[in-house]
Amino acid sequence: MNKLHKAFTNGKAFIPFITAGDPSLDVTKELVLEMANAGADLIELGIPFSDPVAEGQVIQAASIRALSHGITVDHIFKMLRDIRKICNTPIALMTYVNPIFAYGTERFLRNCQETGVDALIVADLPFEEKDELMPFCLKHGVYLISMIAPTSNNRIHIIAREAQGFVYCVSSMGVTGVRKNISSDAEQMVKIVKEVNGIPCAVGFGISTPEQAARMAKFADGVIVGSAIVKIIEEYGPQCVPHVIEYVSTMKNAVTKG
Amino acid sequence: MSKGRFGIYGGQYIPETLMNAVIELEEAYNHFKNDPKFKAELDSLLKNYAGRPSMLYFAEKVTNDLGGGKIYLKREDLNHTGSHKINNVLGQVLLAKYMGKTRVIAETGAGQHGVATATAAALLGLKCEIFMGMEDTQRQALNVFRMKLLGAKVNVVTSGTQTLKDAVNETLREWSRRVEDTHYVLGSVMGPHPFPTIVRDFQKVIGQEVKKQILEIEGKLPDVLIACIGGGSNAIGLFYEFIEEPNVRLIGCEAGGHGIHTNKTAATMTVGKVGIFHGMKSYFCQDEYGQIAPVYSISAGLDYPGVGPEHAYLHDIGRAEYVAVTDNEAVEAFEYLSSMEGIIPAIESAHAVAYAVKLAPKLNKDQVIVVGLSGRGDKDVASIARYQGVEIYE
Repeated sequence: MNKLHKAFTNGKAFIPFITAGDPSLDVTKELVLEMANAGADLIELGIPFSDPVAEGQVIQAASIRALSHGITVDHIFKMLRDIRKICNTPIALMTYVNPIFAYGTERFLRNCQETGVDALIVADLPFEEKDELMPFCLKHGVYLISMIAPTSNNRIHIIAREAQGFVYCVSSMGVTGVRKNISSDAEQMVKIVKEVNGIPCAVGFGISTPEQAARMAKFADGVIVGSAIVKIIEEYGPQCVPHVIEYVSTMKNAVTKG
Repeated sequence: MSKGRFGIYGGQYIPETLMNAVIELEEAYNHFKNDPKFKAELDSLLKNYAGRPSMLYFAEKVTNDLGGGKIYLKREDLNHTGSHKINNVLGQVLLAKYMGKTRVIAETGAGQHGVATATAAALLGLKCEIFMGMEDTQRQALNVFRMKLLGAKVNVVTSGTQTLKDAVNETLREWSRRVEDTHYVLGSVMGPHPFPTIVRDFQKVIGQEVKKQILEIEGKLPDVLIACIGGGSNAIGLFYEFIEEPNVRLIGCEAGGHGIHTNKTAATMTVGKVGIFHGMKSYFCQDEYGQIAPVYSISAGLDYPGVGPEHAYLHDIGRAEYVAVTDNEAVEAFEYLSSMEGIIPAIESAHAVAYAVKLAPKLNKDQVIVVGLSGRGDKDVASIARYQGVEIYE
């Protein structure tokens, strides 16, 4: 049974991103469980890819760290099986299309279903190419998340109309990474989505401070934070868990108040 | 199936941030490719600035030495900036200007595409930034300085394997930061639709000229066309006009590196498998989990883990053949052509020369091979010297 809807039932959602296998799969597992306890509503777990063209330097470096430890999709599914024995928080896998295609799309989605993955976010699979995965996602009850960007303009209606689960609103141009200033267009994007689909909207790309998160939560249903968390993991390595948890609690508070 | 397909290959696998840019590009291209003013301006640039048509040269000494089929060289090395890259670049930079863009960005491997882009940008008055892998900036140091002389900013890419693939990654990232005023001048028949089609259209002049020239000289079509292939722009440029001529063999020469049974190779169609990367479905060198493999070739221009989608299609339907040529074979051909004909080929093009040297003795004397001599080898002299163990200082 897909649990994604639960992410948006506890007030505004806080959605942390981490790269699986950085600094190790044991720490990733601990982070998932502890972030869930600390109030994360949906956990976005990155499957590392050798050439993540939508990522800034922080997440690129995390992907390289994970891959250099030999982390594979099989290891990640095994970890997810363990996590699902004790944790029911919705989980989305974030990756690029080639690791899915190479694994075998049917096999990948079957494993997603078996391990309780609720959604898939694929950075290089725009609306026009979603048939590459959609039939398999539908068959296995996994939401394929649609993304919209500041340049989407008149594409927003087309994308939003067919979106499922939630819409990932990319709040800044460029790649992932912490930014001082976040464009105010995100509010407009959310508004346009809601004109055609009452689906939850989560905003991501560039958000790092509680103030930014609170501001986004005023109009969005959820806030996604990646690079700021991955930076903490980079700094503290295997000892990162308490630091990440403190940050996640602060951010969940901020979006709740927002 | 989405747009821009060659069989199952091609497509538009890119982040949403870039989708409107490629849609805008496709619309602009479809409009301007038939615009008389655009066509006239591009034709004039190709003729008066790039030096087209390029010569089709009969390599008589080589032909006699090998004792088989006649070898002709399509001399793209004589184009302005020294390679076929200028054909595509003049088209795309002019298109960018017509689209109202004020800035172009491009990836480069060997530096030929970067130099060509910087050249066209200087001429047509657009700002230019080039992304080049750290390793390539070292083996092609002269081209880095050349680009700077031409007014371009050169960004050294230190991510990943620090070669062509990573230069493409960084250029895509930069484009997603800044699409409003910027056009990405992709250098090969790869990437998301419409690039494989646009680049092929700007390069197909090579084969069109060959057809006319060889009919004038030999009174018949060639029997074999041979071109080197990394992304595949010079190969598709040579082949395209002949795809519907079933009696013309089309042979693409991939970079075999140290050999296809080693992990030091870039022979994508020989050792790779179907995947989705850099905006396209095609063949890629990758591991079983779809991680893109670090590839290797002595030639920076062929050192790429993928291949253009139209080539993947021509491969699958059996219309074109793709073979691997090793570093050693390419270097031997580089030296052979230099000493025999006084023509120093680019190390990329030397891969095609190497295969022609193998094939020619097996053909009859009345059969004709046309080799795409895609670039000149001046840029490679220092690295060939190093390959032979000679240290020279540029």
